Amino acid sequence: MSEENRKIAFICSKGNMDMVYPALVMGWAALGNGIDVTIFFTFWGMDMIRELRVDHLQVAPVANTSMKMSMMGVDTGNLGIPNIMGVLPGMTAFATKLMNDKMEGIDVPPVREYLEMLVDGGAQLYACKMSVDMFDLEMDDFVDGVIDIVTASDFMDMTDGAQIVFI
Amino acid sequence: MSTKEIAGKTVQVNDEGFMTDPNEWDKDIATAIAGEEGIAELTTEHWTVIDYCREVGVEAGSAPTLRNITKGAGVPTKQLFGLFPKGPAKKVAKISGLGKPEGCV
Repeated sequence: MSEENRKIAFICSKGNMDMVYPALVMGWAALGNGIDVTIFFTFWGMDMIRELRVDHLQVAPVANTSMKMSMMGVDTGNLGIPNIMGVLPGMTAFATKLMNDKMEGIDVPPVREYLEMLVDGGAQLYACKMSVDMFDLEMDDFVDGVIDIVTASDFMDMTDGAQIVFI
Repeated sequence: MSTKEIAGKTVQVNDEGFMTDPNEWDKDIATAIAGEEGIAELTTEHWTVIDYCREVGVEAGSAPTLRNITKGAGVPTKQLFGLFPKGPAKKVAKISGLGKPEGCV
């Protein structure tokens, strides 16, 4: 083994369900391969660690050019979900349910459980100070496992030598 | 594909050092590989994980994913990372004489 362990840091800035999973999946893979993992949550990414929000993350069909009717299990090829339909009440919840079902079908854990796995595996979770101030949050608002609220400068210090992935 | 001498036996391994024929594996080999991976002694807890991996992985030739192990063998994540520190996914697979896990979770 090399003297300095490989390190990777993720910056999670989004709360949409499709943008929440990449850091979880890659972070878990990194831990499995013996790589040190740090995750910094900022802006909408705060939703991933907020007790109030973590179980209610969604994906919206409006202006999502990759979400097709065929996701609903009907063989409609490239036919998209019309934006005009996407604005109807309940469509976001519907699209979210479809995606959640797909995830469950391939045995991908929900975000809360995924975060617990990462923390148990040794990942270090930090909340962004500026976002905490902006959204008027405190440590009590976060799920277990968030270590601290840190500044951008702190993050730079703690990720010296790490590969950084911004999501 | 090459071969490797381990615990007095010759086994086939791939470029990354994973055994390619699960049937060539035995417990002495597991202990020897564990030593190479920095695990001085295989305890009962280690064997719970290894036995489970052998049970579900031999047919496919690849080790189960970490989440499959925690769920299937009933070993908590924290314990799994404690038993096989610094990269349990690969270490468990190597020690169990199986290929890398083929899933992401």
